[in-house]
Amino acid sequence: MGATALRNGPSPVPAPIDSIVEVRGISKAYGNVEALRGIDLDFPRGKLTSLLGPSGCGKTTLLKIIAGLIRADGGTVAINGKRVSAPGPERAFVFQDFALMPWATVTRNVAFGLELRGTNKAEREEIARGYIAEVGLAGFEDKYPHELSGGMRQRVGLARALSVDADVLLLDEPFSAVDEQNRRKFQEDLIRLRTNQNKTFIFVTHSIEEAVYISDRIVLLSPRPGRVSQIIEPAIDRSGDPERIHRDRHYLDTVEEIWQGLKQYVE
Amino acid sequence: MAVSIRTDGEAAGLAPLSNRNATGASWDQPILLRLVSIAMFAGIWEVAGRIPVSFAFPTFSDTIVAFFGLLADGSLATAYLSTLQPLVLGVVLSAFLGVGLGTICGLWRTGEWLMIPVFIVLQAAPVAAFIPMVTFVYGIGMTAKTLAVMILALPVIVLNTYKAVRNVNESLLVMCRSFLGTRWQTVAKIILPDASPVIFAGLRLGVAAGFVGVVLAELLITPTGIGDLITFHRSRADYAEMYATIASIIALSTLTLVFLQWVEVRVFRPESRGA
Ligand SMILES: Nc1ncnc2c1ncn2[C@@H]1O[C@H](COP(=O)(O)OP(=O)(O)OP(=O)(O)O)[C@@H](O)[C@H]1O
Ligand SMILES: [Mg+2]
Repeated sequence: MGATALRNGPSPVPAPIDSIVEVRGISKAYGNVEALRGIDLDFPRGKLTSLLGPSGCGKTTLLKIIAGLIRADGGTVAINGKRVSAPGPERAFVFQDFALMPWATVTRNVAFGLELRGTNKAEREEIARGYIAEVGLAGFEDKYPHELSGGMRQRVGLARALSVDADVLLLDEPFSAVDEQNRRKFQEDLIRLRTNQNKTFIFVTHSIEEAVYISDRIVLLSPRPGRVSQIIEPAIDRSGDPERIHRDRHYLDTVEEIWQGLKQYVE
Repeated sequence: MAVSIRTDGEAAGLAPLSNRNATGASWDQPILLRLVSIAMFAGIWEVAGRIPVSFAFPTFSDTIVAFFGLLADGSLATAYLSTLQPLVLGVVLSAFLGVGLGTICGLWRTGEWLMIPVFIVLQAAPVAAFIPMVTFVYGIGMTAKTLAVMILALPVIVLNTYKAVRNVNESLLVMCRSFLGTRWQTVAKIILPDASPVIFAGLRLGVAAGFVGVVLAELLITPTGIGDLITFHRSRADYAEMYATIASIIALSTLTLVFLQWVEVRVFRPESRGA
């Protein structure tokens, strides 16, 4: 198994030291489609955790329950030890379809969370400009979304989530509408961001490579009804050149391992 | 006349999306092309007047001369003073009331059930037929004319606003909620801006219908203002003056619509300005 810690069921090591998001017994059905059943999960503070699983296994549903955008049928979500059932300032969402206002400039879109909170214009635009530069969009402050590529639009979505200074960032397949080159670049940026910003990321994807490439921790969900089938912590050194990770032996081993685990659901 | 309003309204109702794209498009055209188009129109008019198509059809040049005559003797100004009051009042009331009611119907189920059927019937009915009835109840004054404007303008404004609000982009609503937007913020910052292209399409149709309403009222019931000026010159067979009056109100209506489009692009949809 090498450097990859692979755990099945309840953790053999003592409970994680510091988990910022605690999910207990979450279940959810849409009519008679059971999407999630008895999900128990802890998300460690300051780490990037991916939710990985086949299409339709309830990844988006779980993420939106954590975000407070969907109500669970049973179970609880706690952030920093406090139960939540609605959106709150400690969480920010990055949407799969970007959800940018077409009539607003990049700056206004990025500052929108602060605008809703009543931060004054000069201050919020100052903050927004900082994050626009942080995600690599300096110079595009006054552009409108239709003038940007898909990858750039998603950077706006990311900057918007960063600018409200939430502890937890929830990303629902943020790269699925982004072309391959941009996706690579964006993944590298995300790794860098995670080291710079002291934030917790919860990241939904259905790409095994992507999950292994960027995650500290991967939660594998089984197909409907979604349950936690495996938790994997790829021990990959991300300090050096990001290009190197793709050739890292642990990286390749972990991808293979997860694929072996998921194969049963595909066949 | 009333028939043509209805088809216009229907078209906007069915194809609000195409309108979104059309909003910015006409601004692309160089000024020159538009001037050429106007010049061609004037030229054809002049030729048709000289043939002549009908003894009651003046040439373009005669009409222009008559127009300045009407300006000089002050009859046009007097007529517009009387026509514009109910028109502006009716259109402004219809705009605010229409957008307000349409928004309420779009957001609130009970309101939708109560009001939308009424406006659908009103839009489908040949409402011009109500104008004599309005006169019967409210006499021939300002109130009747204002009501005539509103009867024609209101339904299309309400229905377009309602449809636009109902079809607001769902993912922007979720986004606003996730960033802790209140109900009011959602309406003001997401729903209305998102709906504004279709709302403005409704406003443009409503304003055009308002012009029809006021002229109809003046032709049918209260012989005052522009309607009276048209009737008067027709009765004296001053066809050039009659056409000048008609052309002036058409031009005013067109200018109002262009102005409305300018406001829309300037204020509500800045992103389509350069597009
Ligand atoms: N609003 C809804 N109404 C009814 N069923 C739904 C709804 N949303 C999701 N579902 C169903 O619940 C299940 C889980 O959906 P969810 O979107 O969470 O899956 P997912 O893992 O995000 O899938 P994907 O990878 O395709 O995005 C799916 O089978 C889906 O059909
Ligand atoms: Mg999904």
